[in-house]
Amino acid sequence: MLKTKEVEFNYDNQMFFKFQNIDLNSNENLLIIGESGVGKTTLMHLLAGLLKSNSGSIKLFDKELNQMSSYQLDSFRKNNIGIVFQRPHFVNSLTVKENLQLAQYIANKNDNTRIESILKNLNIFEKSNKKTNQLSQGEKQRVSIALAIVNSPKLILADEPTSSLDDNNCSKVIKLLKKQATDFGAQLIVITHDSRLKKHFKKSIEL
Amino acid sequence: MNIFKLSIKNIFNKPLSSSISLALLVLGVGIISLLLQLNTLIKDQMDNNLRGIDMVVGAKGSPLQLILSSVYHIDSPTGNISLAEAETISNNRMVGSSIKILYGDNYKGFRIVGAEKKFIELYKGVIKEGKDWDNPYEVLVGSKVYEKLKINLGDELISSHGLRETGQSHDEGTFKVVGLLKPSNSVIDQLIITSPQSVWDIHETHDHDEHENENEHEHENEHEHDNREITAMLIKFKSPMNIIQFPRQINENTNLQAAVPSYEISRLFKLFGFGIETLSYLAYLIIIVSGFSLFINLFNSMRERKYEMALIRTLGASRFQLSTMIIFESLVLTISGFILGLLFSRFGVMFVSSLMEESINYNLNSLKILNEEYWLLGLSVLIGVVSSLIPAIQVYKMNISKILADA
Repeated sequence: MLKTKEVEFNYDNQMFFKFQNIDLNSNENLLIIGESGVGKTTLMHLLAGLLKSNSGSIKLFDKELNQMSSYQLDSFRKNNIGIVFQRPHFVNSLTVKENLQLAQYIANKNDNTRIESILKNLNIFEKSNKKTNQLSQGEKQRVSIALAIVNSPKLILADEPTSSLDDNNCSKVIKLLKKQATDFGAQLIVITHDSRLKKHFKKSIEL
Repeated sequence: MNIFKLSIKNIFNKPLSSSISLALLVLGVGIISLLLQLNTLIKDQMDNNLRGIDMVVGAKGSPLQLILSSVYHIDSPTGNISLAEAETISNNRMVGSSIKILYGDNYKGFRIVGAEKKFIELYKGVIKEGKDWDNPYEVLVGSKVYEKLKINLGDELISSHGLRETGQSHDEGTFKVVGLLKPSNSVIDQLIITSPQSVWDIHETHDHDEHENENEHEHENEHEHDNREITAMLIKFKSPMNIIQFPRQINENTNLQAAVPSYEISRLFKLFGFGIETLSYLAYLIIIVSGFSLFINLFNSMRERKYEMALIRTLGASRFQLSTMIIFESLVLTISGFILGLLFSRFGVMFVSSLMEESINYNLNSLKILNEEYWLLGLSVLIGVVSSLIPAIQVYKMNISKILADA
């Protein structure tokens, strides 16, 4: 399902990253672990099609990302990938529910029952009509998970989802992510420096 | 949810900066549209009252004053001229038709005009109730006069001397209302019209106060050795060519004055056109400032919102969709600014027209959209597009990976 080969990337000829090859089968989750500065976020952006590698190949769901145009990547992303960011971002002028509706609109979908069931599943249904800046930190994180899965992606990419959490919450969030992925039939790739997560994944690679 | 709705939500999310840009635009568009409306309405009104009058003959004085008094009935007359001299001119072969009018009295500030019946035909006046006058001291009343003063058929009106309410009142000057005119959207709406004979009679009586026992028939006999006067004569030429030479002949060869209304009115418009022009430059400046304020707002909000832009992109929106959103936000503001500006100007027109009706008995109330206002719409849209262009291009070129990595 995901196969990378000799992927290289450099920012303005200053920072140079060479990533090890990844080979992930369908129905597998993956933990990518590494210290700060080894290019974790860069790798995630490459996998999400937000960046293009300088050389090598990234094959995701049998599509070669390096050969797609920026427009094709946008369209590929909205149909296949949900992203959970380290710090949650939302459209501040919209409510929780409207944020999810916007995500659906961008992917040409319109399914309020799915939004409701996701919010119920994440225990934030009663916050549907709240503006996102009225939410607590934990609620924000759950809404950002909801945003990542609302369009039924085949792959969920999570960037440092637990780095600022205590042990208790760390374990809660990662279980929640895994549960959502399983519930909605998606694979999960978590990129982090947080070694506490190792015990939750069967498969992991170290950068 | 869609991009358009999102734009609107974004506007409402920043009520203060949005309303400043909006207010500036409303002000700019409103002032220009108000000037255009007033200019057009006044011009229309003036032209409407001008039709069929090529030249006005009256006493020497200011030509503009002669036109304002005898065509628009808003200034004092320049004086009187002798009926005999007027007759000579109206018999000239270049004159197609002529209408003699006389002033003398007013009723509660509304002018009583003595005129030939052709005067009412000239303005396409139609009698709504009652009949035409047959005898002296019978009057027809214009629509605004009877509406305002609640005059009914058969009422008796006691006139005052002169054209202002404060004039001395004649006990003899009792007019009887025999007819009410339909609204004609011209000057006759605010006039009380009677036969020339009534005005002559009333002033004969007035001038000879000592001989109170004299009766009307004796007066009519007196007119045999004619010293009667009129205030002005409205003239239509046989051929439009005559407008060039005939007025000059009169001004040079007689002690009368001939004035050409269309010429005087265009002179008047040139005079206050300068003020209108200055004011509209100011209004265009306000519109440009509103464009800048719009640009600064969009530019700032784009910086504040760069993470949410990046989020929307990662959700799969294209660069183009995001840029469209920015342009939409700007256009929603400028187009609603345009609409509110038009509303503003319409209220302005109503206000000005209510003021003018008080002072000079004029009414301006047509609120149609002018061609120039469509240009104003074009200008508003242009301002919307131009001020959002740079922010939209920046959003288009945004490096989402970099923004997210910096977070």
